[in-house]
Parts: sequence; C-alpha cells; structure tokens
Amino acid sequence: MSRRLTIPILILSVAVLAMANLVWGSVSIPLADTVSILLGKGASGHPSWEYIIMDNRIPQMLTAALTGASLAVGGLLLQTTFRNPLAGPSILGIDSGANLGVAIVMLLLSGTMTLGSMTLSGYLLVIIAAMLGAGCIMALLLVFSQKINSHLMLLITGIMVSYITGSLISLLNFGATEQGVHAYMMWGMGNFSGISTERLPLFAALCGLGLLSAFLLMKPLNALLLGEHYARNLGYSIKPLRTKLLLVTGLLTATTTAFCGPITFLGLAVPHLARLATGTHNHRTLLPATMLTGAILALTCNLISTVPSSGSIIPINIITPCIGAPIVIWIILKK
Amino acid sequence: MTYELIDLTIGYGKTVVADGINATLEEGKMACLIGQNGAGKSTLLRTLCCFQPSLDGKKLLDGKDVSRLSAQELSTMIGVVLTDRVDVQGMTVRELVAMGRSPYTDFWGKLKPEDETIVEEAIRLTGIEALASRQINTLSDGERQKVMIAKTLAQQTPIILLDEPTAFLDFPSKVETMLLLKRLAHEQGKSILISTHDLDLALQTADTLWLMGKSSLIVGPPSALAQDNTLALFFANPNVNFNAGELRFTIKR
Repeated sequence: MSRRLTIPILILSVAVLAMANLVWGSVSIPLADTVSILLGKGASGHPSWEYIIMDNRIPQMLTAALTGASLAVGGLLLQTTFRNPLAGPSILGIDSGANLGVAIVMLLLSGTMTLGSMTLSGYLLVIIAAMLGAGCIMALLLVFSQKINSHLMLLITGIMVSYITGSLISLLNFGATEQGVHAYMMWGMGNFSGISTERLPLFAALCGLGLLSAFLLMKPLNALLLGEHYARNLGYSIKPLRTKLLLVTGLLTATTTAFCGPITFLGLAVPHLARLATGTHNHRTLLPATMLTGAILALTCNLISTVPSSGSIIPINIITPCIGAPIVIWIILKK
Repeated sequence: MTYELIDLTIGYGKTVVADGINATLEEGKMACLIGQNGAGKSTLLRTLCCFQPSLDGKKLLDGKDVSRLSAQELSTMIGVVLTDRVDVQGMTVRELVAMGRSPYTDFWGKLKPEDETIVEEAIRLTGIEALASRQINTLSDGERQKVMIAKTLAQQTPIILLDEPTAFLDFPSKVETMLLLKRLAHEQGKSILISTHDLDLALQTADTLWLMGKSSLIVGPPSALAQDNTLALFFANPNVNFNAGELRFTIKR
C-alpha cells in the first residue's frame, strides 16, 4: 500500500526542505559548503557564511518547522474537539489574545517605552505580553468551558471573545502613534527570523511540550471522532478531556504567536492536507502526518519568503494565505 | 447482568419528566421501550446511559449502585447505540468496531491479538464481514446501524441500550435489525433495551415491553399486556382496533 509510505515520504520532504532552507537565501551558499559548515569544518574563504548558516538560517529553519508543526497540530486538536472542519487556532480567540497583549505593549505603552524598535528587551517584552494575552483568553475560555456543555456554543463564545479583543485592538490602533501602528502591523505579518540562537531552546522546549502532550491525547482524540456521547460511553469524561485539549492548543498557539507573530492559515489548512495525504482520520497516523505536513508547509513558505527578494524578507502572512486558501478551496471542490 | 430501576425520577434540573419508575432489564432478554413523542423515552434512555443524572431513586447493575461506578467501569458494562449519526470519514468499519475496545486497550489504544479476535467475532456476529474494509461514510443507514451494534459487542458490555435503532431504516432493514438484537439477547445473554416507534415490530419481537405513559412506566411481556387489556388502553385511539390474540393494531374502516 502506498499509504504506508506516506509518513516516510513526509519525513524525507521535511529533511530536503530543511536543507533547502539552509542553502537558499539572500546570499546563495553552495550545498557542499553548507554541508561542510554543518559538519563543523567551515567554508574556506567565506567566514561570514558560517555565521549566516549557524546563527541565522538554522534558527530560522528550526523556528519555521516548529511553528508549522505546532500550529498544524493545534488546528487538528481543535477540529477534532469541535468536530468542525473550519476550526483553527485563530478561531477561539487565543491568538487574538496574544495580539491584544502585543497591541497594549506596542501601541499603548509606545510613548514611554521604545518597544517598536524591537530592541532586545523590547522583543522580550513583546513575547511576555503575547503570552499573557493568550493566557488570559485561555483562562476565560476554560471558565466558559466549565459552564457551557455544547461544543458548538463554546466555539461561538470563542469567536465572540475574539471579536471583542479585535475591537479593543482597533481602539488601541486608533489612538496610537503612526510609528507604533507600523511596528504593530509589521509584527502582525509574521516572522520566522526573530528567534535568536539563545532563545531557540526555550521556544523549542515550549513547542516540544505542546506537541508531546498532543501525542499523549491520541487515544481520546480518536474516541471524540465518534462524537461526544459515544466518547463518553467509551469511558471518557468530556469536560476534563476538553480542558486538556484546550490547554495544549493554547500552549501551542500562544508560544508560536508570541515568538513569530500571528501566523495565519497553517492551523486551518494543514490538517485537511494531512487527511488527504494519509486517507485516514485515525490520529495514530494523522497526528504525526499533520505535524510533518505543518513543518513542510512552513518551510516552503519560509523558502518563498527569502528566495525571490534581494536582502529583504517578504512577511510570512503574505505567503501563507496564498498557499493555504487555495488548498482549502481545492479540498472543498474535490468533495 | 440485570439493570434495575427503583423509584427512579428522571428530568432536567427541576423539571420532572417522569417519576416512580420501577423496572428491571433482564439478562438474555430484549425489551422495547414504547411511548408517544414527549413521553420521556429519550430522557429515560439518556438517564440509563448515564448521560444525564437521575433526579431521585436508584439504578442498580446486578445490585451495585450505578452512581458509585467510575466512567471507566461503566464503559465496560453499558454499551450504547445512539441516534447521533456517526459520519466520520477516513475510517473503516473494522477500525470503528475496534473503537469498542477502547476501555480495554493500553494508553496508546494499541490492539492486542485477543482484541483483534474480539473485533472479528463482533463483525461475524452482526453479519457485516463483507463490509469490514469499507469506509464508514459509504455505508447505508441500516449497515451503519449494524456497525454501531458491532461496536457495542466489541465493547463486551452485558447491557446494550439503543435509541431508536430502526428509525430511518427501510422495512427489511428494520426487521433484520430487530431480529439481530433479539438473537444477541438470547444467544449472547445480553440485556438489551431498545426505544422504538415501530409498534408492530416491537409487539412481535420483544420479550418485554416498557410502556411509557403520561403517569408511569408499565412493564410486562407483550402477550400478558395484551390479555389484561393494558395495550388496548395504552394506545386507545378512535381510529384503531387492537386484536389481542394476534398482537396487532388495525385501522378501523
């Protein structure tokens, strides 16, 4: 069966794309030299190449792969939990919570603190603000989730919450300086290149924790495919399970949004692609496939964002919808 | 296993739907729950499935109070087939039946060889061998119903509760489903309760009838309820006659 080869093919694709991300960029570095730099031998005559690969492209490549994997898995968890193919990390308002946190820091406090310039401390503050914002919305959703039984109603509540945060962000934009608005807009366009080698371990650890937790929930996720009642009859308590799923999704979304900005569409589109590639909804196969496909798509977007430009990088969120939206439309047409 | 209801009150919050319910679902018997829309059949069934709490009274499984059992323990005792349409895509019949093994499998849900055997046996008992590799979303309603019954067999619960399993089925499928359930009760010793609107079928196949009326629940074998005039009174309607000997309702001309 060709389906058995799906996962190995996806792994291979991730490896090839990861390498391509190291080789291609604003400065073209030959494959042979890239390999030799990776092996620690350096590139003769080009000391700057080593710096570009080790301190620039590797962190960026890893950031893209982890972000893609995390958002895709977050999307899959929500789509299964809510049994809704249109659910994604952005729909519950978790990432709009992060947006609000960042908007408060960048727009409201920009007069007193120069955070828009993305100085080291400023960047750290942005991450903390995004985490706090996402955490507050998560906490709010968890409170609602204790009171609301229906999955659909909880989903609608999440959408309502994100409308409110959206309107608060508009208000902050309205009253902010031009400089602040520009800085916030740039952050909102997404960026895989903002994580330095020093901060990468923290980012990787948070993403890794979320992804691992998702894998631990594989069996109940499969039960949820049959619907809430059948899952209950198979011995699962729905509310505690939903709380766990929301926490994991929250961690994945908050982490990626805080470090890379709100990356759109990956969470929504990738699970559909993975289902198409594996031909199954069984999470035993679908979860790893979604993770890998997420990494593939993010690495592809990252490649596109750096290749055609000379020096500057196209913001990620300009590319993701251009790839993500046609995929979703194509899947709808195929049905 | 017997499922005994003692002075049970069912309802939502403060709204009582029915009270004073006393009944026993017996081992190796198929019981049919009948009543008009709004009589509280669904509420009773949902309460028996433990999807909603009872307001008062007791539910005993072989004498053990159900409220003291964990969700995990319950999942090995009561299996359900619901009206919720399971329209998962990308899942085969065999995979869905295997979901019934969830309460028994390890943390990752991996099937052991003995689990595989039980799944195949459940598929054989329900006569869906030919469907086993098909995708769920390609099945007809009747086939789907059998798959969900196979799931409860794989779940190996002594009690099986079914919410209107014959609704939306064509007539041959209705008969087939009822006979399958009766066979499972008699041959596998399952205690089966079915809520249904198919009165004729229920009268002809059920070992026990649970008549859910406005005031209370009446329980008994079809023939006994026919003889003592309970059935005729229960379905009293100016347009129909009840023939107690043939267990048949006919429309007056």
